[in-house]
Amino acid sequence: MSKYTVNVNGTQKTVDVNPDTPLLWVLRDHLNLVGTKFGCGIGQCGACTVHIDGQPTRACLTPISKIGQSRVTTIEGLHPSGEHPLQKVWQELDVPQCGYCQAGQIMTAAALLKKNPRPTDAEIDAELAGNLCRCGTYLRIRTGIHRAAELTAKEAV
Amino acid sequence: MNECLLENASRRDFLRKSTLAGGGLVLGFYLNVADSAAKRVAKPSTISESSVFKPNAFIHIAPTGKVTLISKQPEIGQGIKTSLPMVIAEELEVNWLDVQIVQGDLDPIYGSQSAGGSRSTPTNYQEFHKLGATARTMLILAAAELLRVPAAELIAKDSAVHHPASGKQLSYGQLVEKAVTIPVPAPESVKLKDPKDYKLLGTRIGGVDNPGVVTGKPLFGIDVQLPGMLYATYQKCPAFGGKAVSANLDKIKALPGVKHVFIVEGGTSLKGLLPGVAIVADSTWAAFTARKQLEVIWDEGPAAVQSWAGFTAKAKELSEQAGGEVLRNDGDAKQALDDADKTVEAAYSYPFISHASIEPQNCTAWFKDGGIEIWAPTQNPEAGQKIVTETLGIPKEKITLHITRSGGGFGRRLIPDYIVESAAIAKQIGVPVKLTWTREDDLQHDQFRAGGFHFLKGGLDDKGKLIAWHNHFVTFAHKVVKDGKDTLELGSGANLSGDEFPGRWVENCLLEQTPLECNIPMGPWRAPRSNVLAWVFHSFIDELAHAAGRDPLAFRLEILGDKGFIPGTGQQGIPYDVNRMKHVLQHVAEKADWGKKTFPRGQGQGIAFHFSHLGYIAQVAEVTVSKDGKLKVDRVVVSTDIGAQIVNLSGAENQVQGSVIDGLGALMFQELNIEKGRIVQSNFGDYPMIRIADAPTRVDVHFLKTDYPVTGLGEPALPPLAPAVCNAIFAATGVRVRQLPLLRTDLSWS
Repeated sequence: MSKYTVNVNGTQKTVDVNPDTPLLWVLRDHLNLVGTKFGCGIGQCGACTVHIDGQPTRACLTPISKIGQSRVTTIEGLHPSGEHPLQKVWQELDVPQCGYCQAGQIMTAAALLKKNPRPTDAEIDAELAGNLCRCGTYLRIRTGIHRAAELTAKEAV
Repeated sequence: MNECLLENASRRDFLRKSTLAGGGLVLGFYLNVADSAAKRVAKPSTISESSVFKPNAFIHIAPTGKVTLISKQPEIGQGIKTSLPMVIAEELEVNWLDVQIVQGDLDPIYGSQSAGGSRSTPTNYQEFHKLGATARTMLILAAAELLRVPAAELIAKDSAVHHPASGKQLSYGQLVEKAVTIPVPAPESVKLKDPKDYKLLGTRIGGVDNPGVVTGKPLFGIDVQLPGMLYATYQKCPAFGGKAVSANLDKIKALPGVKHVFIVEGGTSLKGLLPGVAIVADSTWAAFTARKQLEVIWDEGPAAVQSWAGFTAKAKELSEQAGGEVLRNDGDAKQALDDADKTVEAAYSYPFISHASIEPQNCTAWFKDGGIEIWAPTQNPEAGQKIVTETLGIPKEKITLHITRSGGGFGRRLIPDYIVESAAIAKQIGVPVKLTWTREDDLQHDQFRAGGFHFLKGGLDDKGKLIAWHNHFVTFAHKVVKDGKDTLELGSGANLSGDEFPGRWVENCLLEQTPLECNIPMGPWRAPRSNVLAWVFHSFIDELAHAAGRDPLAFRLEILGDKGFIPGTGQQGIPYDVNRMKHVLQHVAEKADWGKKTFPRGQGQGIAFHFSHLGYIAQVAEVTVSKDGKLKVDRVVVSTDIGAQIVNLSGAENQVQGSVIDGLGALMFQELNIEKGRIVQSNFGDYPMIRIADAPTRVDVHFLKTDYPVTGLGEPALPPLAPAVCNAIFAATGVRVRQLPLLRTDLSWS
């Protein structure tokens, strides 16, 4: 066991875990941040997507020992009051079905919009390729990302 | 269907028998137990006020005006936690935004709480109208007393009772104190709203848990955390039917974080507590990590030689022998095939597949003082309770079962194997414990959609009319002992009904079924049976249409004919309304411009329909297949007839689009191989699922409003997708897909 102090959602958190413990399980079992989901454990489903220094990253494949001084952002910290344009649009369009994958979808989409504020369908499909939705909400995910892009553009004016 | 009879029927009861279109007997059960119900359902902390108006187990109105409605069925992504309360809210005349929805625990007060078979809506829809209307009537009567005016002069609107003549009004909160003294009115005095006055039903309402979903709140079974909780993993024998003989328990016990490790003896039922080794640790990761070093000596049992290749060879062999059970024998199919102007023969097959719900199976349990408290993402809480009683001897009254949100169901969570595993571990250690299956556990120990083999022959007369149909279905079964004798029992979802279309329609029809023994767990997978039968039958019908040189739509309309309403003949067949099917078929053809478009080679349209779960659905798919064989579904048009009212338009559209994409994913990718009695694939790396780029560009959904009872939508929109797409592939390329998944067939053309 080793002690690690990591910056999660802007707060320093200290945990005492094995160095190989994936960030996913540190968040879920030790920090009670359960919005980041376990789906496959091998980086294939995207349910555990978080941002590390703004980059979408699979928390299930990221050992706690590799985080260092990086900033970790989870779905709980994406926006202080849960009002990121994607979070608003996801509710407006009723995107979720079971909802389990949606935190990962939103985190991946948020990183996409940051680097590409007006993505095309093809760019969305490429960027979201790593996020499975078992219920098949892909059409509303596409629409939702376009709509969030519009909202963000409007707000910026 | 569980029956719920009440002993104390009185004038105030709503107890009433009603027969559903599906033939199920449902008993109303709600109002006469209001008092005891109210006490018991006051468990959620949000509804603890003592002076609330509780006309029945489902409605609570506090003096503050806050309205709490109970959702009784588990939410698995089908939207039931939003849609059924909408029905109450409509009749109750409350503002939807003022309503809070609370998931009910397992409790007989609510009647059946299983969510399966797309039954939650049809079995509750009418009762939920009455629940809301009764409460509204009582609030009006309370207002009549307080305002000293006749009830007939009052109207309920926007969470208040209004007296238009005087302009006076009383909010529901103000009426609570009086309303609790009003006797529950006789059912005949309660008037339901005229559907033309609906304000909420039929509109687009977002899922009630959406705010929590998008902000990462703990909603799911896997999110349950309890003080002092430990974390478990459970290793079962990779070969189905195997037993744990011994394991390196001492070594595992000494690993970091490990608190307990023990062998669970288990039983032989593939749907029950299977033998295995439990590791309990102070974190999920510690448990998973320790498991990597677990070494178990297994007695793998006699089934450890079974393989998909072996099953395939055996199925071919069986198909060449005389058929097994005759499910239907109308006319003389063999003679008609001999006499036919043209015949077509084809073999279709499909593999076992997994549900792969994105939240792996998990369950949290806490055994203390001879009782157990369970938190389960389940579609079937009653089955969870039952299996814990039967397996572990914990009496029913000492089991509390909390229903959590489920990260997908698709039929998987109807089987409570993971619940009894968690309970067995909890009983052994006596502290709260969360069992989490790895994805590998989930994929390799599913209750699988059964594979199957169909050997088909069809005959056409000289006018190109379908006159003969012969299907020999080789399907999977388990060996069971019945009356002291070994018999083969067909797997769940692995059987064919003699009434399945086109049985009952073709004058010379022979349906035969031969069981093939296996020891692979089988269970219901979204639209059980239908999810593959529609593909086989509507693909083969398409082959026959093309052999006849006929338009596939016209050919189908001719088969459906003018039979009107067709009763079942006792083989799971349920009444089939031909006119409803023709209506959706013609509607979808019109919306998709069927027959009016010309497509270049490599593009085409396909059509199919299917009746299941009381829903009539037809679909047209438009596809593009590149020269090198890559498929893109450009558009799917869906027409549905699920009765007189769409409850939640947004949720309904989501279910149809999701069914289309789910159906497409199963068609394109899903396949499990079996070797040495175990599943070969292990995770999403070797078990691909549909991703966003393969989703159709467009899915147009049409709901036809008819005069029929309201029915469910979790399943019936899935079955027609696969044949519609495969028929479109044929139109585009001339390649006929007879084996699933699609990646087994070379679609390239030149």
